[in-house]
Amino acid sequence: SAAVQVSSVMRSTNKSQQRGDKYSVLLPTYNERENLPLIIWLLVKYFGDSGYDFEIIVIDDGSPDGTLQVAEQLQKIYGEDRILLRPRAKKLGLGTAYIHGIQHATGNFVIIMDADLSHHPKFIPRFIEKQKEGGYDLVSGTRYRGDGGVYGWDLRRKLISRGANFLTQVLLRPGASDLTGSFRLYKKEVLERLVERCVSKGYVFQMEMIVRARQLGYSVGEVPISFVDRVYGESKLGGNEIVSFVKGLLTLFATT
Amino acid sequence: MTKLLEWLLGVSFVGIAWGLVTFDLLDLQLPSVCKEVAWPIPVYLLVVFGCYSLATVGYRVATFNDCEDAAKELQAQIKEAKEDLKQKGLKM
Ligand SMILES: Nc1nc2c(ncn2[C@@H]2O[C@H](COP(=O)(O)OP(=O)(O)OP(=O)(O)O)[C@@H](O)[C@H]2O)c(=O)[nH]1
Ligand SMILES: [Mg+2]
Repeated sequence: SAAVQVSSVMRSTNKSQQRGDKYSVLLPTYNERENLPLIIWLLVKYFGDSGYDFEIIVIDDGSPDGTLQVAEQLQKIYGEDRILLRPRAKKLGLGTAYIHGIQHATGNFVIIMDADLSHHPKFIPRFIEKQKEGGYDLVSGTRYRGDGGVYGWDLRRKLISRGANFLTQVLLRPGASDLTGSFRLYKKEVLERLVERCVSKGYVFQMEMIVRARQLGYSVGEVPISFVDRVYGESKLGGNEIVSFVKGLLTLFATT
Repeated sequence: MTKLLEWLLGVSFVGIAWGLVTFDLLDLQLPSVCKEVAWPIPVYLLVVFGCYSLATVGYRVATFNDCEDAAKELQAQIKEAKEDLKQKGLKM
């Protein structure tokens, strides 16, 4: 009958599109002229292969290196429905860049990642599958579990990273293995609620997001990722990272 | 309850239990063996925890995956992407 025919056609189309799921990728950029085309190319490739509906929102903070001009070219190549440009006049920081991006996101899921190629888009389909599998409110990439790992880190950096992570696990028992990583998938309304509540900056912001998520009773799934140190451009964090990390950790310890 | 409060609660609980036994605060006439055993327990706990921490962090640093393949794959894809983007008319 007609009904059977329709249902078999439906089954063969992408299940996710049927449900109307859409994924908004937020890409905050500051001086990422060389990385932006590459990350967008990879995003388009992996979303294309997996067939999920998506949009990429580039939030550039007036990069002096001309990142925005490159983004405009990319928009012409890939279309205005896929690449959205939501620039800001000056460097206002990562936290507010996310807030700004979410306001323009039309998807029901939001993916946050760095634009510096440390976070590889090949993991996104795995994030999505993981989310569907457990109905998670957020899925976090982890460098510390399973096949996860890093590339280009010396012993010192590994030691600091593992030490800081251990200390955090002991003090906060957050129920997630990678707190400072920023490669994550959120249900949009969950991200909105979390961002509203989080006040910290830098690495601590990522940590606060996941700690508050647990506090609010949201479920967290994890996917192992490989983190490859940036090839092009300069790191924008740095300076007294460790001091601000410890301060942020103690603040969370005392307040959550 | 904040994590800080949880910790304070846990530590005071252990502290009180330790005090009760070591100084026999409830006058239970505990055999002296109990006191002798209980007395150094906080130090033992600290040492055990310290060793556990060092061992765990050491082990995790030693087994931290080096993703050589991921880096190679990325390099190859960067090349491919650059060629494709050039063809699509991107001026870098
Ligand atoms: N819009 C916006 N983006 C920013 C700002 N600061 C950093 N970013 C972007 O945020 C992402 C992460 O910044 P990174 O400098 O790579 O920080 P990081 O990953 O902790 O440091 P590295 O490990 O050295 O790469 C990158 O895509 C940056 O371009 C900012 O103030 N505004
Ligand atoms: Mg980075």
